[in-house]
Amino acid sequence: MSDMDDMDEGSGIVKKFMFLNRKAPHGTVYALEGLEVVLITAAFDQDVSMVFTDDGVYQLLKGIDTKGIEVKDFSKTYRALDGYDIEKLYVDQASMDARGLTEDDLIVDVTTLSVAEMANLMAEQDVVISF
Amino acid sequence: MQFGILVNEGPYSHQASDSAYLFARTAIEKGHKVPRVFFYHDGVYNSSRLATPPQDDRNVAARWSKLAADHGVDLVVCVAAAQRRGITDGVLGDNFRISGLGQLVEMGIQYDRLVTFGD
Amino acid sequence: MLHIVNKSATDRGSLESCLRMATKGSAVLLIEDAVYAVTNGSAAAAKIQAAAADLKIYALGPDLAARGMAGRVLDGVNVVDYGGFVDLVAEHNSCQSWL
Repeated sequence: MSDMDDMDEGSGIVKKFMFLNRKAPHGTVYALEGLEVVLITAAFDQDVSMVFTDDGVYQLLKGIDTKGIEVKDFSKTYRALDGYDIEKLYVDQASMDARGLTEDDLIVDVTTLSVAEMANLMAEQDVVISF
Repeated sequence: MQFGILVNEGPYSHQASDSAYLFARTAIEKGHKVPRVFFYHDGVYNSSRLATPPQDDRNVAARWSKLAADHGVDLVVCVAAAQRRGITDGVLGDNFRISGLGQLVEMGIQYDRLVTFGD
Repeated sequence: MLHIVNKSATDRGSLESCLRMATKGSAVLLIEDAVYAVTNGSAAAAKIQAAAADLKIYALGPDLAARGMAGRVLDGVNVVDYGGFVDLVAEHNSCQSWL
């Protein structure tokens, strides 16, 4: 990947990065291009958390089929995240409830958090990037 | 203090680039440092020197170029996002450069704050 | 922590999402179209005033003025200029833009 060429690894600093995904896939590019940032951040050996709230929970749905809209199905990438040592995946319970979803509807194992737990997790981050 | 700035939308359609510019300029005026601004998603369009807005409007790309020239701000356009959108070295305004997403991650690691402007 | 919201509360859910997750004592800065929320008579006014009990609410003055709303700001909302925006980012350990 060309993005790897200019990486300056070995600074030794490890920060807590949270990627907050609040948007549905496909209608806009943010979910796809956001995922690219997450993968690069993990390659820098940072402490990465991915959080899915609001319409962002739709990114993780099983059964996504993009053939008819002729765009790339990047949802498979979520299943490959543990290969990048990205294991902290969180979903917001209230956002799931508001959309009639349960963890069984999702393609990856996630940790479901209450609003208070999510708020505390966010507050302890060094860097929060929202897509 | 060192501020990194992430711009996620193109010029004119959204206020994001204007807000980011005013934030960056003010931070520098107040004695802070803005070592780098990273342009992602449609934000890569902010880098085009081909833009020719009317005389009575601001020139978003030229304004970023001047801020970089005056204060040494590194204006980095994401290569992957740029390639998708047809932004190449040939259209870049002064002081913009194309590089990888690693440059964005570095801002998060090395600087005191990362501020995002988008839609 | 500083939360930054930039969209109108009558168009998007980002203000509501932000207020849901902002912990007590944190700051919320409204910029761009989000500033309409902190004006008298807005649909979000009651929500803003309730939130102001636990959160510090700020709005960007130049964005209020650009929208003809400089004279209609709710009591309890702090209006800042870009210098104040920079100060808020500097004063808080991290910031999150609710895009």
